Amino acid sequence: MTASGPAGSGIPHLDVDPFDMTFFADPYPAHELLREAGPVVYLDKWNVYGVARYAEVHAVLNDPATFCSSRGVGLSDFKKETPWRPPSLILEADPPAHTRTRAVLSKVLSPTVMKQVRDRFAAAAEARVDALLEKRSFDAITDLAEAYPLSIFPDALGLKPEGREHLIPYAGVVFNAFGPPNQLRQEAIERSAPHQAYVAEQCQRENLAPGGFGACIHAQVDEGAITATEAPLLVRSLLSAGLDTTVNGIGAAVYCLARFPDQWQRLREDLTLARGAFEEAVRFESPVQTFFRTTTRDVELSGVRIGEGEKVLMFLAAANRDPRRWDKPSSYDITRRTSGHVGFGSGIHMCVGQLVARLEGEVMLTALARRIAKIEITGEPKRRFNNTLRGLDSLPVTITPV
Amino acid sequence: MPAITFIHPDGKSDRVETGDGESAMQAATRHGLDGILAECGGNAMCATCHVYVDDSWLARLPDMADDEDALLDGTASERLPSSRLSCQIKITPALDGLVLRLPERQV
Repeated sequence: MTASGPAGSGIPHLDVDPFDMTFFADPYPAHELLREAGPVVYLDKWNVYGVARYAEVHAVLNDPATFCSSRGVGLSDFKKETPWRPPSLILEADPPAHTRTRAVLSKVLSPTVMKQVRDRFAAAAEARVDALLEKRSFDAITDLAEAYPLSIFPDALGLKPEGREHLIPYAGVVFNAFGPPNQLRQEAIERSAPHQAYVAEQCQRENLAPGGFGACIHAQVDEGAITATEAPLLVRSLLSAGLDTTVNGIGAAVYCLARFPDQWQRLREDLTLARGAFEEAVRFESPVQTFFRTTTRDVELSGVRIGEGEKVLMFLAAANRDPRRWDKPSSYDITRRTSGHVGFGSGIHMCVGQLVARLEGEVMLTALARRIAKIEITGEPKRRFNNTLRGLDSLPVTITPV
Repeated sequence: MPAITFIHPDGKSDRVETGDGESAMQAATRHGLDGILAECGGNAMCATCHVYVDDSWLARLPDMADDEDALLDGTASERLPSSRLSCQIKITPALDGLVLRLPERQV
């Protein structure tokens, strides 16, 4: 396993492919192998460095000057390859450019704005539970994890009713495209044209309803914070990262609570645990599994020398279950102190929509736990495969009302 | 190491030893203190580590940055002139004895 090679001597070389179907089916043994091999490993399959322990993942996330994002946060190095779409002005940017665009999205998705949308999000969660109680047996992914965010987020953004069916497929392409040139990525990009066309169109100012998040971004042009050509690309960030992520977050929470009935009972007894139950599901399942950074200089990380221009793959999911950082990491515990988990990342690029995600998760789990006594899994859960996102395609359940 | 005191809404207080270079939030969460959530882990993005700084200490803290100021407008409990985010209060020897009051709610 340890060999000297292009990546220098002493560093463990692993032949793990973290973008392979067998890896996705059960990533946990491989995560352990990656964590235990060393603080920094080299993955020969894709010629990248990897970090899977909490300390190193956190360190890389919090040193954006050395581990940059502007050369892409997927495997593709934007300095060497043309990106498949115009780069994001926030995700795939470094300071100082990033600082300005980040401030705009932070303002549009601030705690103050969350207070304003809270009642609307909570009412939609109640309406969703009404519909589920009518059905009793349903697919918790399609009818809950997807249906709930779809019932609020596109409206909150100010999107037209037509064409919304492109949203989840578009996000699927975006997150597949961070991966290597495997079948998942190639097929996703080949089929992306109609989704890209829809998204480009919806990002224009005239297509976004007044008062929505999209219109608020465009209003920042009038304030002089961004230019008229930047605004549509920032709206695109919300379309890329604002829906499928929460679908997988809520799906993860429901899957956890259905698998661990003791935690479900705890939540039912104390509804104030709903927010923590969601947060712990984000740690436990890590809907966003990985991101890359690119080194801007020669650097030593935990004793390993990494040259300039190297890709470093961060295993967020492995860090979130690193026993060096977490007590009983493989237990889903809704009362856990989750502060510091990297399910939303960390540092300047930490998920700008984290408050939206938590709000959706909290109100949805509260509504479920108040009115449902029991959630039973009634069929084999089916996994949805994506180079970056971890989640289910289908989760058949039956619920018992209170 | 400097120690700081958190006073809970019910009047009970916890004195906490801080570690080298820690923020008030980090010291609180490391000691398992109830009342500081810190959902974003200290990145000044969530406003769930809100504290009211004791009047006698307020002027001794460094000024807040614009992002902290904006986040404080969205705190779950009322923003007061003494409101700060504890993740942005780095504890130095000069802040030994700092007193922070916890709000009723963080979310």
